[in-house]
Amino acid sequence: MATLKELSKRDELFSGGHRLCSGCGIPPIVRLVLRAANGPVVATTATGCLEVGTTIYPYTAWRIPWIHSAFENAAATISGIETAYRAFKKRGKIPQDKKIKFIAFGGDGGTYDIGLQALSGALERGHNFLYLCYDNGAYMNTGIQRSGATPFGAATTTSPAGDIIPGKRETRKDLTRIVVAHNISYVAQASPHNWADLSKKAEKALQADGPSFLNVISPCPLGWYSKPEESIEAAKVAVDTCYWVLYEVESGVLKINYKPKEKKPISEWLKMQARFKHLLKPENKESLDKLQKSIDAEWERLLGLDGKFV
Amino acid sequence: MAITMIKGQVGLTGNSAIAYAMKQINPDVCAAYPITPSTQVVEEFSSYVADGKVDTEFITVESEHSAMSACIGASAAGARVMTATSSQGLALMWEMLYIASGMRLPIVLTDVNRALSAPINIHCDHSDSMGARDSGWIQIYSETVQEAYDNLFQAVRIAENEKVLLPVMVCLDGFITSHAIENISLIVDDDIKQFIGEYKAQHPLLDTDHPVTYGAMTLPDTYIEFKRQQSEAIARAKDVVSEIGKEFGNRFGREYGLMEKYKLDDAEAAIVILSSAAGTTKVAVDELRKAGKKVGILRPRLFRPFPFEEIAGALKNVKAVAVLDRADSMSGFGGPLFNEIRSALYELEKRPKVVSRIFGLGGRDYMVKDAVQVFDELLGIFKTGKIETLMKYITL
Repeated sequence: MATLKELSKRDELFSGGHRLCSGCGIPPIVRLVLRAANGPVVATTATGCLEVGTTIYPYTAWRIPWIHSAFENAAATISGIETAYRAFKKRGKIPQDKKIKFIAFGGDGGTYDIGLQALSGALERGHNFLYLCYDNGAYMNTGIQRSGATPFGAATTTSPAGDIIPGKRETRKDLTRIVVAHNISYVAQASPHNWADLSKKAEKALQADGPSFLNVISPCPLGWYSKPEESIEAAKVAVDTCYWVLYEVESGVLKINYKPKEKKPISEWLKMQARFKHLLKPENKESLDKLQKSIDAEWERLLGLDGKFV
Repeated sequence: MAITMIKGQVGLTGNSAIAYAMKQINPDVCAAYPITPSTQVVEEFSSYVADGKVDTEFITVESEHSAMSACIGASAAGARVMTATSSQGLALMWEMLYIASGMRLPIVLTDVNRALSAPINIHCDHSDSMGARDSGWIQIYSETVQEAYDNLFQAVRIAENEKVLLPVMVCLDGFITSHAIENISLIVDDDIKQFIGEYKAQHPLLDTDHPVTYGAMTLPDTYIEFKRQQSEAIARAKDVVSEIGKEFGNRFGREYGLMEKYKLDDAEAAIVILSSAAGTTKVAVDELRKAGKKVGILRPRLFRPFPFEEIAGALKNVKAVAVLDRADSMSGFGGPLFNEIRSALYELEKRPKVVSRIFGLGGRDYMVKDAVQVFDELLGIFKTGKIETLMKYITL
């Protein structure tokens, strides 16, 4: 695994000057993953913040070949690119010793929801690529609408905390588990606050045989109603409360990469984000308890699987 | 499947001919999803892959949306890319069709024309490709199996022509052409290779030493310029289609133009019609000509770009025209083909009378007698100068 010093010496493939928000979790994730790739890489991005914020014509933040085609098809688009690479290799149009890595980036809307079919298809077909989902828990690019990844209880513009309904009523989809069910060689959850864990996972994912998947929590000050300067801290607290567990499934074996010494109550994370403001009111204690219970149950489930073949 | 040629001719269905043409083209990448009536194209091509007759990488995608998305990825990567579909499949690709053309990717797609749901129907009409007529794809309609086979090679050349660089859709009629066996002449592999040549993409994603950004976000300050360039490119395709159709004729003895004119020069009444139904109409013309009636046919081969000047020129001496559409634009002004033809004729000093007839939806038979009836009506219009019914459904 590359050290921080080594990573820092590698080319910056994602340039500054892009238009992503101050405090957005996406740029540090993308920069780190591209550094971890350490060699030729081609990427695609689903429609969303990352795409819109980095390629307003005639500018581009990408110093690698990059394509955006639509919202729901990042996995299908990268399938085509990776297949062309194999076709060219076979036909001698690319030197045999030249290795190119392929990455598809998508937000939670483009991955959990509208892009799930294309993702599943590409994983099942076994293309050699990394799919990275930056999960900020809502359709942030279109203005904070709820997605399948939005946490229970969160207020969004389509699941507002109203007089009768206190935010989103449904529990979030466990996409990582869905991906694990595809029996691919490497799946992991990561967070930008832990660069060592994230870059190690990116390296493993990019060296995997066949498809790999990283689900990375990505703080969004705009949609979380959190302080931009606290984004990395918010990611850390998400992990310390076990809302976002750092774990990996490598060749079918699950490993929890970080177990907090003291598991913090979810309210510690919620209070950093005004999207949960209503949940901390006494009248919504039931909802808060429900959220805490579901987090506890998932943590217990993962602890039970730690070190085991799943 | 094994193909045996007898006296230079071979009996093939439209689908087998398309699959065989794809085998001869041997593209870098093919991404496709099965749908009736184009399924055999995908099946037979899969056999060519499995038997090592081609070294194409075939992606068995999980939907047509992903088929076109994978084609876009592969084409942007620099590959020569092909696919095939029908009906709902083309409809599901619809979003991506615009992206393929907007990115100027020379993908070649065979559309085996089939009706759109609802009600569900697997048989021929043109509502699928007509729904994609403004997607920026070049559209070529084939009358016969032979023409569909020949069109596919020309489509590769047209798409990849540097003045064009746009995707091309080759259309043939579902079941009528896709499943009918016709004796056709095949071209030998080496001649095809020579005709289509090697494809070298200008800005492939796989050239990692020269990184490019595809699909950037454009705002009101640039979007319209991109669209204008695209519009100019597809307009340029018209001459390229003519040139390549001529070159094909010189090499292989079957020349193709923008349209086919059948006994049109001295015709007083004409039917304008696409694809296989032109064949039926030709029989009606022959019968009526025997009876001394001056009737003819204009069969547009190229529908996008629409060669309006050439079409107006071809129809300028005709007095009464019926445009037969195998698709309805649901309360537009006539069917989609009628719309174009009638507009094309507007600039003529002496405009023919033009009527719209919608026929054959969902695979309803269009018989010689139906064509005869339309011609009789047209000759009546020619005689009286009056149109009784401007737009109506026939073959009901």
